[in-house]
Amino acid sequence: MSKPLKQIHLAAHFPGVNNTTVWSDPKAGSHIEFSSFAHFARTAERAKFDFLFLAEGLRLREQGGKIYDLDVVGWPDTFTVLSALAAVTERLGLTGTINSTFNEPYEVARQFASLDHLSDGRAAWNVVTSWDAFTGENFRRGGFLPQNERYSRAKEFLATATELFDSWHGDEIVADQASGIFLKDAAAGAFVHQGQHFDIAGQFNVPRSPQGRPVIFQAGDSDEGREFAAAGADAIFSRHSTLDTGRDFYADVKGRLARYGRSHDQLLILPAATFVLGDTDAEAQELAHEIRRQQVSGQTAINFLEQVWNRDLSGYDPDGPLPGIDPDPGEHTIARGRASVRMHRDPVAVAREWRERAAAEGLSIRELVIETTGRQSFVGSPATVAETIDSFVQGDAADGFILVPHITPTGLDAFADTVVPLLQERGVFREDYTGTTLRDHLGLAHPDAGEEPVTRRAAS
Amino acid sequence: MSAFPSSLSPSSPSPLHLAVALDGAGWHPAAWREPEARPRDLLTAGYWADVVTEAERGLLDFVTFEDALALQSSQVTEPDGRTDQVRGRLDAVLIAARVAPLTRHIGLVPTVVATHTEPFHISKAIATLDYVSTGRAGLRVQVSGRNHEAAHFGRRTFPAVNIKGVERPSDPVVRELIAELFGEAADYVEVVRRLWDSWEDDAEIRDVATGRFVDRDKLHYIDFEGRNFSVKGPSITPRPPQGQPIVSALAHGPLPYELVGRSTDIGYVTPHDADQARDIVTEIRTAQAEAGRADEPLHVFGDLVVFLDDDPAAAAARKARLDDLAGYVYTSDAEIFTGTPAQLADRLVEWRQAGLSGFRLRPGVIGQDLQAITRGLVPELQRRDAFRHTYEADTLRGLLGLDHPANRYATATATATATA
Ligand SMILES: Cc1cc2nc3c(=O)[nH]c(=O)nc-3n(C[C@H](O)[C@H](O)[C@H](O)COP(=O)(O)O)c2cc1C
Repeated sequence: MSKPLKQIHLAAHFPGVNNTTVWSDPKAGSHIEFSSFAHFARTAERAKFDFLFLAEGLRLREQGGKIYDLDVVGWPDTFTVLSALAAVTERLGLTGTINSTFNEPYEVARQFASLDHLSDGRAAWNVVTSWDAFTGENFRRGGFLPQNERYSRAKEFLATATELFDSWHGDEIVADQASGIFLKDAAAGAFVHQGQHFDIAGQFNVPRSPQGRPVIFQAGDSDEGREFAAAGADAIFSRHSTLDTGRDFYADVKGRLARYGRSHDQLLILPAATFVLGDTDAEAQELAHEIRRQQVSGQTAINFLEQVWNRDLSGYDPDGPLPGIDPDPGEHTIARGRASVRMHRDPVAVAREWRERAAAEGLSIRELVIETTGRQSFVGSPATVAETIDSFVQGDAADGFILVPHITPTGLDAFADTVVPLLQERGVFREDYTGTTLRDHLGLAHPDAGEEPVTRRAAS
Repeated sequence: MSAFPSSLSPSSPSPLHLAVALDGAGWHPAAWREPEARPRDLLTAGYWADVVTEAERGLLDFVTFEDALALQSSQVTEPDGRTDQVRGRLDAVLIAARVAPLTRHIGLVPTVVATHTEPFHISKAIATLDYVSTGRAGLRVQVSGRNHEAAHFGRRTFPAVNIKGVERPSDPVVRELIAELFGEAADYVEVVRRLWDSWEDDAEIRDVATGRFVDRDKLHYIDFEGRNFSVKGPSITPRPPQGQPIVSALAHGPLPYELVGRSTDIGYVTPHDADQARDIVTEIRTAQAEAGRADEPLHVFGDLVVFLDDDPAAAAARKARLDDLAGYVYTSDAEIFTGTPAQLADRLVEWRQAGLSGFRLRPGVIGQDLQAITRGLVPELQRRDAFRHTYEADTLRGLLGLDHPANRYATATATATATA
């Protein structure tokens, strides 16, 4: 009872290139026209969300050696679309997923610093670490990075980028027209970095941006990924959106912070979450089932099974029983360009469990996939969803959620109109923005503020 | 009615195209000290929005944004350690994207450095710029042989070269370096262009009956293999609205002219008189023909640094005053023009006779010379019937008189479906 209510953080994930997104719905709009991104961002800002989130993959997905065509295919360049969105919003944070394997620190640092300037302090970077040679075929370096070095490169990449962000302090530009002094210090931006992955030196050419550095997100799930987040990230984008798995993950990651001399509120846990709203709980449940059927067609179900089985299962009937054969335990070759295939760490056990469940409940392949995968996180009336989200946050399963609607670009509208006001009434979500930067929204200190809370901007 | 078809008429050749090159407070190193300059705003969106909006008010074809992967320097090959000039800048692609939703007609052409960046990233970035501007994107490809810039990436080093006479080098080391950099730039543009075509325009089908979002036969691997990189494709970004956004390059010598002739839609060149302009155009047309592109439209724009005033003496005096402030006489690869907007209009119309189809003006001081272009030069050109009175197209290709281009990968499919 004595514990004060936690304030919820909410973010909007632009619908992605997986089967969560229902492109076949008559309401579904373009996934590439700027007007869709602008609508989505404006809705999130109208609802006072913390930020908009963009995922990224650098090669079109393939299955069985062919480009995967059942989900949305194609997405824009992250930096370019976020910079354009800065022009049609004023407060909303802009979070971009950018890979540390297929980029160079000098370029990425100047892109994020530029985005932070052009958005007046709203930039965030979700650092991801995919390493696969498949994606590498699109880049100068190719697939040179062994899997076990992905975090070593990511760590050094982030450390190097941080050195670049910090190479300007913010007071160098005098621009005194009378005296003719533009820069106070000729060595502004000077840096030297020598390490295992990067050996670079010179002068960074983007002066210090409003947030000092972009807010840093991490989205890996392995032990190494969690350690990486605990050491230096400001927020984690996780998969653990149920109450139990969320609590375990939350306790695990927050428990790692002390080792790095960091406090509980310096790392926010923000799971991805889907939702279905109805006038009543029963209506929402019914709608949720219908959406699941749209998300998992017979063909999608077979493809999904192939990702676990690592075999061609195109001969199976999605309305029939599960395959009797076991998954191919060798190197995963069937699906490429997908982070999710790595979730199935013991495919043979998963297959056994699914077969048993399908037999016990009399489920077809499609029904089983509908039941076992990607169930919506929050289903119910606006009141139920608001209450559930609040209870998850107060119960330390999360600090908030990154919401992934299933319809582009209007899938967030109803949430903004019906759930957000209820959260505001409960006193757990802001009525309006109280600051201008994303750090302000997330309650994160400016890097120059030491351990002090941000009060600098409240005055202005 | 004219006695001549308009394309043949000596008195009314096609209207000029006009672009402005944007860099900091302007091209003069002391530009930031003028009262109209906003030196503290150079890193803000508001500054760039105001500047590009002014250019659009003048009905200009496009603006280019300068960029580099190193701090600005008055020395071509090394940092200068100066503190009396503008230092620090924002990424040009991001600036272009930031102003795109705030403008409607003007083309947006950021500089990209081929030497140190990924053609895959840039291809999708410019495609996305084309989406956020609904068809107004282009790029200016640039190379960098500077060692201090290469050290920011730690992947390669270059021989130290004396850049004097670099346009037509006799030193074999310099020749080899230039050949390598421009060869790589040509490969880079080839990859960028193939990736733009790697999706056919109608690849997205949303076929509910078969559950397919795309027709994957209309997505294409580009399978590029070159000396510096190999790229598989397809792009992650669908073909941009213009099909092929504009590719442009600044060129000062035979190898860059080859790049212009082979790979670009616009070459920016730096003649100092009409005869030089004629010679350069001839050289580029030859390179274009050798690349097998003789029938394709290729613009050659003259670059000029401009200081404009209603009184020609005042324009020259301003340039001299700025030189005093800078502590040296500002010189440029491009001709430096000081004079009235009317005099400049006469010059541009004269140089057009040498075969230039447009000009890219570099304002000495953006705060002064941009307005002199949009509100002084443009009306002068309109009076001479040499410039548009209203935007006649919605895309940059349209403004430049270029069609929506065919997709290099589409033929096979088109025949296949025609026979199916
Ligand atoms: C919720 C979530 C979202 C992710 N989104 C992306 C993404 O958009 N792009 C990407 O390349 N990787 C993405 N990843 C992959 C991770 O960032 C990470 O690179 C990968 O999971 C391997 O690290 P791990 O072994 O620590 O999990 C995501 C992971 C999670 C958990």
